[in-house]
Amino acid sequence: MSLETLRPSPAFADVLPIEYRDLVEHGPYNNRGGDQSKQTIKVTDMGKFKEVIEEHPMCAGCAMTLFIRLVYIGMPNPEHTIVVGTAGCGRLAISQASVPFIYGNYGDTNAVASGLKRGLEVRFPDQKKDVVVMAGDGGLIDIGFQGLMHSWFRKENFTTIMLDNEVYGNTGGQESGMTNQGKVLKMAPRGKFGEKVDALGLAKVAGVDYIARLAPTNPARVARTVRRAIMVAREVGHSYIQAYTSCNIEYSIPTPDVMKDAFEIEKERYGFEEIISPAAKAYLDEVEKKPKKKKSD
Amino acid sequence: MANVKGSSVCRTATDEGKPADWVPGGEKQTVVDPMKMFHELPREKLFITGSEAARESMRRANIDIAIAYPITPQSESMQQAGYLYDEGYIKEYYRAEEEIGTFSAISGASRAGVRSLTATSGPGLMRGMEAISSWPGARTPIIMLNMCRVINTPLAIQPDNIEMSFMLNTGILLLHAENQQDFYDYPLAAIMASEQVDVTLPAVVSVDGFFCTHARGPVEVTPEEYKLPPRDGWRSAVPAMDNENPPARISRDAPIQKSNFISYHMHSSWQQEVFAAVERSAKYFDKYLGGLIEVVNPDAEDFIIASGCAVSQAREAVRQEGEQGRTVGLVKVKSIRPFPTEQILDAVKGAKRILVPEFNQAGWLHKELCAVLYGRCNAVIKDGPRVFGGMTMPTEMVLEWLAEFRKEVK
Repeated sequence: MSLETLRPSPAFADVLPIEYRDLVEHGPYNNRGGDQSKQTIKVTDMGKFKEVIEEHPMCAGCAMTLFIRLVYIGMPNPEHTIVVGTAGCGRLAISQASVPFIYGNYGDTNAVASGLKRGLEVRFPDQKKDVVVMAGDGGLIDIGFQGLMHSWFRKENFTTIMLDNEVYGNTGGQESGMTNQGKVLKMAPRGKFGEKVDALGLAKVAGVDYIARLAPTNPARVARTVRRAIMVAREVGHSYIQAYTSCNIEYSIPTPDVMKDAFEIEKERYGFEEIISPAAKAYLDEVEKKPKKKKSD
Repeated sequence: MANVKGSSVCRTATDEGKPADWVPGGEKQTVVDPMKMFHELPREKLFITGSEAARESMRRANIDIAIAYPITPQSESMQQAGYLYDEGYIKEYYRAEEEIGTFSAISGASRAGVRSLTATSGPGLMRGMEAISSWPGARTPIIMLNMCRVINTPLAIQPDNIEMSFMLNTGILLLHAENQQDFYDYPLAAIMASEQVDVTLPAVVSVDGFFCTHARGPVEVTPEEYKLPPRDGWRSAVPAMDNENPPARISRDAPIQKSNFISYHMHSSWQQEVFAAVERSAKYFDKYLGGLIEVVNPDAEDFIIASGCAVSQAREAVRQEGEQGRTVGLVKVKSIRPFPTEQILDAVKGAKRILVPEFNQAGWLHKELCAVLYGRCNAVIKDGPRVFGGMTMPTEMVLEWLAEFRKEVK
């Protein structure tokens, strides 16, 4: 429906700002229904089409920003998507997107998304609405832990994406549950005490249907993973993506080396991994089946 | 029970064991105009507990989703909500992980544009307070039943309505039910007021736990084949977060998240609007409840002003004083937010003494009254008697305080 909201009245079309018309005519809102054979927006075309997020106040060279842009490109149906977030760096960019964003209280994302998704199911039984939680490592694994876990146990039909920069970036660089052991950061003057929380392992134990870990080194893969996660959440159960989105400020990564760092960390300990339940696998096989080419073409 | 795909949400009643021809209870009901329901429909008199009164209220309230975490004395009502879900009077229902999760989830549900109900008691309310205090700013119509209980240490489950004072300055609409009958009527009125476009705020109906929730009383109910009109998700002060509208500006505009003059100005004007909306709700409560206050013996020199269970105790005191040939007035404050300042002023304009009995230690109603009556009323306002921690307030206690008051203020 939002496509309808965005469609300009023909009488006003020529006087509307170019940004608005671009969003309607060349934006991801035309990314039809998750059917990959009909996707009009491709990651390889980045820069040639209007993204739902463009301006943002993130730091120069921030890997998280690149990842968030890719998430929005990967969304199978952004015109029927609602993003839920919490305090942290990510929301500074997420709140600027042309997709509704609920900026809730500290660590409430997965509870809000549970109620929201169920409410949308009641109100729109014939229109699938995708709910995506996109929040930081602290927001999810520390303050939001209880809500996160219980949304997984309840198999709530939405997607959780962790922007894992392994630090509380927005409050000035304190260690989080996802910080590696021994790392010296604020509030960890002698080095982080415990190990990095095994969130993937927890997701597996909780029975999350689609689990993925990745770094933003391969943009097409990020978009594809996001699409798969959202499709699984729509029809099967919960899905969880954990993305390495370094904080170049608090980890003192020189701006030109941000992607170099992403490749190194990926190789060292953040390699691409998918854990898919049999039900999710069967569903993905079905929706990703390529249409047979007609011989006459 | 999960459905065939293992999902907890995309399910049908038949997935959960209902026969294929099952018709949800709610679909057998007829929508009726709220004013007709509140004032015209015939009523049947039942003798039921407050929790059962809440159930009958919920049955007629056309609730889309109910989410709660059990806590005494709220749990009896919310398990009744579970039965209503099973019978098809409530469309979606689950037991949440705890209260922060509960009140966050119910705000998510309201943001989807559906009628959302939750309930809690004392410590549960305090646990979820961060979420609760954010509901008005998010302009989320939510109905919360609040069965009051002790909140402080040592732990107790007994009635004490101190928790209501924590909601006074949040921008929430707050009603205080006197008895089982009110606990049936007020939630229905609160739902309709909270969903008005010029209100769009959460509403809480508080009741004194156990005294009302677990004791039986006469409750006159409307026929169960009638229900309130559904929530219209399109009629709202801010759009629902359903991506059927352009995104709500509250979460999009960058300045609100920054530290600059524009952000301060935006936030302050937003708060002003929330509290103005609280005042705008008064006209609806006035209509639905037949006034924000009830006045007994308006010409009296001695008045008792009370809310909740204290009203019942005061009523009996007023009756016994009458038997002795003394006229004592009573003002029952039904609505704490909006606070009926002008109505109370008008009711007590001839009063010499005002006694404010309360079921809490802090005397929040007394403080409220002093704040609004100061300089505008010649009566002496006395705080007490006050009981708390589960204590009862015998009528004799109120009578003794009245006698003492008459000696103190000639």
